[in-house]
Amino acid sequence: MSNQAQNISPVSVPLAAKKKSKENSVWRRLLKNKLALVGMIIIAIMVIFSVFAPLIATHPPNAMDLANSLSEPGVDGHILGTDNYGRDLFSRIIYGTQISLIVGIFAIGLGGMIGTLLGLVAGYYGGKWDAIIMRLMDGLFAFPFILLSIALMTVLGAGLFNVILAIGVANIPGFARIVRGQVLAVKEEEYIEVTRSLGANHSRIIFHHILPNCMAPIIVYATMNVAGAIISEAALSFLGLGVQPPTASWGSILKDGKDFLVLSPHMATFSGLAILLSVLGFNLFGDGLRDALDPKMKV
Amino acid sequence: MSETILQVNNIKKYFPVKDSSLFAKPAKFVKAVDDVSFEVKKGETLGIVGESGCGKSTLARLIMQLIRSTSGSVIFNGQDLASLSEQELKKARKSIQMIFQNPYASLDPRKTVEQLVMEPLVIHQVGTHQERVQKVQELLEVVGLSDYHATRYPHEFSGGQRQRINIARALALHPDVVICDESVSALDVSIQAQVINLLKELQAKFDLTYIFISHDLNVVRYISDRIAVMYLGRVVEMGTYEEIYHNPQHPYTRALLSAVPKESPLVKKERMILTGDVPSPMNPPSGCHFHKRCPYATDRCKTETPALELFEGQHLVSCHLLGDIS
Amino acid sequence: MSFDLRQGETIGIVGESGSGKSVTSTAILGLIPSPPGKIERGSIVFEGKDLTKLSQDEMRKIRGNEISMIFQDPMTSLNPVFTVGNQIIEVIRLHQQVNKKEARTRAIEMLKLVGIPEPEKRLEQYPHEFSGGMRQRVMIAIALACNPKLLIADEPTTALDVTVQAQILELMKKLQVDLKTSIIMITHDLGVVWESCQKVLVMYAGNTVEYANVEDLYQNPLHPYTWGLLDSQIKSDTVGKLPSIPGNPPDLRNEIAGCYFAPRCAYAQEKCFTERPPLVEVSLEHMVACHFQTADHRLKREGGEASE
Repeated sequence: MSNQAQNISPVSVPLAAKKKSKENSVWRRLLKNKLALVGMIIIAIMVIFSVFAPLIATHPPNAMDLANSLSEPGVDGHILGTDNYGRDLFSRIIYGTQISLIVGIFAIGLGGMIGTLLGLVAGYYGGKWDAIIMRLMDGLFAFPFILLSIALMTVLGAGLFNVILAIGVANIPGFARIVRGQVLAVKEEEYIEVTRSLGANHSRIIFHHILPNCMAPIIVYATMNVAGAIISEAALSFLGLGVQPPTASWGSILKDGKDFLVLSPHMATFSGLAILLSVLGFNLFGDGLRDALDPKMKV
Repeated sequence: MSETILQVNNIKKYFPVKDSSLFAKPAKFVKAVDDVSFEVKKGETLGIVGESGCGKSTLARLIMQLIRSTSGSVIFNGQDLASLSEQELKKARKSIQMIFQNPYASLDPRKTVEQLVMEPLVIHQVGTHQERVQKVQELLEVVGLSDYHATRYPHEFSGGQRQRINIARALALHPDVVICDESVSALDVSIQAQVINLLKELQAKFDLTYIFISHDLNVVRYISDRIAVMYLGRVVEMGTYEEIYHNPQHPYTRALLSAVPKESPLVKKERMILTGDVPSPMNPPSGCHFHKRCPYATDRCKTETPALELFEGQHLVSCHLLGDIS
Repeated sequence: MSFDLRQGETIGIVGESGSGKSVTSTAILGLIPSPPGKIERGSIVFEGKDLTKLSQDEMRKIRGNEISMIFQDPMTSLNPVFTVGNQIIEVIRLHQQVNKKEARTRAIEMLKLVGIPEPEKRLEQYPHEFSGGMRQRVMIAIALACNPKLLIADEPTTALDVTVQAQILELMKKLQVDLKTSIIMITHDLGVVWESCQKVLVMYAGNTVEYANVEDLYQNPLHPYTWGLLDSQIKSDTVGKLPSIPGNPPDLRNEIAGCYFAPRCAYAQEKCFTERPPLVEVSLEHMVACHFQTADHRLKREGGEASE
């Protein structure tokens, strides 16, 4: 038994390097992520555009000047040119940012709130509540969004509020599903049982313990879906179901622009670019937020 | 030490087993806890020991009424907890608290220590906010934490410190009975000793009654006055710790004691090594649940369930061969 | 850290959570993901070869063949979608030039060896059809299938019940005698060390604090942390207040200049907070890392009685 079979001489493994520092706040991790930073800058620019639209816009957005319709970008102080009614395209896109942001945020707020509530109830109580709510959500999911919007618009008429309502309703099932899944996982955590053993009632358990622990994925999902809502708004406006003229909206500019695609491509190009950039911004930010909140989380 | 504070009578919990086929009726049951009775006297510590799947954690949850029993009663201060409504139960819960197993999972990660320890006071609307803050400070001090810990979050603490937070929270409402479900099992030995010392100190200080559940025989022996040994949902032996440790009667208790790793490399330990694993509670053996692993089993053990009978003193044993095996 | 191990010998690496005992084992197997971890310096010499200098390919040949490992959790370390037989046969065929039939015969032999009844039938079953103890036996069968010279067991019995733990330890001891395997037993349980090891290495916060043979460590422990660890064990005759080590393990993310144990050590002096003590041999085959436990200076152990 004397043959030296194994000999392990000084080995030191840097333990400290293996552990990821937890002190790094979500914020700092977010700032380190270059793409998320790009997203954040895009969103910040959008916010500035919509809040200070009257100051930034070079012309009143609805002022027509038929003599100068469809002028090229850069001509006569029209930075991005004019549309078919001679309205300043740059100013209309700036004001369109307002509509996009309002619709994006309020529609997701509405859908998120209702969907979260339904998801909480379905996940927490389970049983028949779960079955009823989730089958309803499946039905809503299966219904094509555009068809749903057309139906809603037909009944309620077009308009900003109804656009928000239609997009909000369409977003309910997504939130309900994601929240329900989270609740099912969090519900099994030991601290929930502890809270029950302390004598807490259902609403305290749901709103003080389960909801805060489901927030991270909800926030990420909401951020990503603002992008979706912006596209939806543009789509509805493009179809003439959204915000009504003369109010400027990226979708309606795009729609007007499609008729002059060959002659003056700048209308469709710049409005399309605005949609693209804003969607990219929210998606990048959402991605970064997910990584920052929890590297292991999957939405 | 003489007054009975908690009495558990013939408690049973059967979980229905869902068959995977769609239309099958739940014909099978997991008998997680099967006809368990015992009483706990004020100020004492009752240890419950057993291996995984023996139903000891289910038993804790039945006493707490976190799950409702299939039948049987839990009498606490003259009230049958099993028959109370949710509202009445809320009041009773002030007096029975539980410390859970996993110090990492039993604290809501999004609450500060102050919010966590204060929660029972908020739920039961005890005192003003100022009084509650004061109380939290006292409790933190009692369990050996400092007041500057109050604003921190659970992830900033080590396992032992977290378990101290759990203890502080369990004591907030001045309970009479504290159920510890594997409360020190997840801790490192040096930390485990600290927490056990703390639990003993607090018991003397606040006149607490403990039900101490663990799979670790040495810990249970050290902290308990009386011990119940569980196997597959039933109590197979119960008695004072001297009776259980120095004069074990049930073959399972003997095997369990002999399986504990030795305490010194110098001694040679004679082992009674059991064959096989603990059977699934879904499909427990007939008769005495232990007969398949018992070296002494007879034909009678295979068919007839032995009753828990008095051996001597307070020593209860459930074995047909009681006294016949040495 | 340093240690050496002879054929057929078992060394215990004991320490509390976060003491770096599992990192050691993965370092030996070359499983440390890099980055973030890397072996800073030193060598791992196995039968004359330095494992730290081998390529990934060469390492793969050694892993599972000459050195194999048993993990803590028998519930998750088997792949649930393959039969148990598949998983054993896979390992055998990976390392040995045998056909399917021979590998199968070998797998049946292995299951029989680790005490699984009806091995032909069990071979066709999936991991979920096995109980915890049986799965750990399967893990041992897989680990031993290629007759490794070194077996690393990382908390092999922690997830098991005591009665099953006793079976598994007994089995490992028997197999070690039969197969002349060397074992590195990583555990937090001193009882397991007393049961199965000849040598023991005590780790604290990523460093070795004491290294001795088991009897020597038990009778004549030298490091104050080892004292605390021994005292904190609850024995069948423990009464009164339990001796415990005050405080908590250090946070290794912070730079610590002195001895890692100093803040919790009752014997610590100024030097302990500024200078890290090296691991030195203070008596024959007994190494300890403490400024005040050297060949010509000893601390007097207080509190908690020494063993008889």
